Amino acid sequence: MNYSVVKGTSYILVNTPDMIIHNGTTQTMEKTANPDSEYIKAIGTHIRTYEQVLNYAPSQVYIGNMKPEELETLEMPWYDKDVRIRERFGKFGEIMPQDEFVGLMKLSDSFDLVMLDKDFSETVKEKLAKHPLFGEQYSSTIKEGSDITAIQKEVNEHHGEGIYNEGKLVGCVKKAHDLDANLTAHIMFENIVSKASGVLALKHLINNVEIGIQEIDYVIECSEEACGDMNQRGGGNFAKAIAEIAGAINASGSDIRGFCAAPTHALIQASALVQAGVYKNVAIVAGGAIAKLGMNGKDHVKKGMPILEDVIGGFGILVSENDGINPIIRNDLVGKHNVGTGSSPQAVITALVTMPLDKGNMKITDVDKYSVEMQNPDVTKPAGAGDVPQSNYKMIGALAVKRGEMDKSDLMNFVKKHGMQGWAPTQGHIPSGVPYVGFAREELVAGYIKRAMIVGKGSLFLARMTNLFDGVSVILEQNSKKQEEATVSKQEIKKLIAEAMREFGSKLINELEA
Amino acid sequence: MDLENQKRVKDLAEKYGEENLVVILGAAEGEAAGLAAETVTAGDPTYAGPLTGVQLGLGVYHCCEPQFKQAVNEEVYEDQIGMMEMVLDVDDIISEMKTIRDQFSKY
Repeated sequence: MNYSVVKGTSYILVNTPDMIIHNGTTQTMEKTANPDSEYIKAIGTHIRTYEQVLNYAPSQVYIGNMKPEELETLEMPWYDKDVRIRERFGKFGEIMPQDEFVGLMKLSDSFDLVMLDKDFSETVKEKLAKHPLFGEQYSSTIKEGSDITAIQKEVNEHHGEGIYNEGKLVGCVKKAHDLDANLTAHIMFENIVSKASGVLALKHLINNVEIGIQEIDYVIECSEEACGDMNQRGGGNFAKAIAEIAGAINASGSDIRGFCAAPTHALIQASALVQAGVYKNVAIVAGGAIAKLGMNGKDHVKKGMPILEDVIGGFGILVSENDGINPIIRNDLVGKHNVGTGSSPQAVITALVTMPLDKGNMKITDVDKYSVEMQNPDVTKPAGAGDVPQSNYKMIGALAVKRGEMDKSDLMNFVKKHGMQGWAPTQGHIPSGVPYVGFAREELVAGYIKRAMIVGKGSLFLARMTNLFDGVSVILEQNSKKQEEATVSKQEIKKLIAEAMREFGSKLINELEA
Repeated sequence: MDLENQKRVKDLAEKYGEENLVVILGAAEGEAAGLAAETVTAGDPTYAGPLTGVQLGLGVYHCCEPQFKQAVNEEVYEDQIGMMEMVLDVDDIISEMKTIRDQFSKY
């Protein structure tokens, strides 16, 4: 089979300290329910600086300046460790500061809904003009900003959603309709943030691969937001909106939704589209979710920690035709949680992990690395949610024990050998399976590993449409095209020998008969 | 504990009576199990949900505790929970659950 390949990846973070306070649902709900609460009073003193966010191991792993295995030797907690890396840019992407991101929101705003203060607008315009992926071509499209009094009026009198920087109002997102509940300033803010961070991820993706943006045929967007109006709440289409801003003029696209499992669904579907010859280059892209900022903030503050959910995440994956080099996507070895699978952990892990392995006559230990929900445990452990990747690895290992593929005493060794520490921000779809695709691609090309499994899971019940859980998985494998070529030539040799033998045989028979 | 679940527990306790309701938890960590157990016995310790200040004192067990394990079909238990039992820190969960039950559970 001529599989499609993972041609490249990108990973971006955006540090948004003010948006934690003004847009994260944990904080906005608390402000509504208990405006004078201790938590609301304390938040301000628990916000990290941009430099602290840079000098943080999980951030640097996410953008590719550190390797996941470096986290194994770093003692937890990680937030108070100086990793001596304060790089904004990494081989996979960047960690953008809030002010420039607000400028990027303005660049991504097609309906003139983002109002920026004159001075602030000028400052971010200059900064974006110097950004290696945007420059003047982009920054020059930012028009002159507005008077702060007009912005204040929009927020106070017309339900505009304020944009803050360093505690000061610097702009707002206006509502997009007077009455439509799906076009409120609040929803438009969330959607523009998701779109803008998606644009950043797509720009970095193109920068990281050898093809031009005009060669992208199709974009699949797989975040967790919904855009539409009162007659079609989730009509879409983020993918095309992102492609437009990034300059993918030859691309169309569509959105895939499935909570945190969506990126892996997208990977499987993109690989099928390319393999079937429908499109040559499919870009998978997702921006982040501001609603999730500071989601576990109460626990972090209670434990005297900084609020670590202070970044929006984004990523991009380019799926292309087999080039004989990049890792292949084994979409014949796909795992999926079916409607009738059941919800017990063993049923789930069996459906996602061992079903695809059984199809390929493989054991659990035949996969070198599993990429599960790679949530950063520095964030989740203090919130009582435990070490999510670690629990997943233990479950996969326990299943191997139950299947008699491994001894129970090897369980922790399995976790160490086939697992990794989590490094991705708790942004739902962002940590789910895909954070490792970038490293996996490198390690598979270099030959350090042979096989990796990407597992995406999603909590569908949150939408109150079904009580079901969801998940899909797919295997990435070292490109065997060269091996196949070698196999073919071996077969040819065998054929030649067989022909020669046959000729020799018939000659002998002829001689004997004579 | 999830606010929606708090509401469900509260509604069920009102409908069937606190003495007739037992909550079975499936949390993966001792601390999380303890917090959920505290919520349905002494009230929501985070002061966020419908059970804030509501002391239901319900009977509450974790699915890995022996009380629950002995009460259900062995085969079904093995099929549904056996693998997780191998993975979880069951002793820690049992100890957290017992502490909360001893303090706050009325039934």
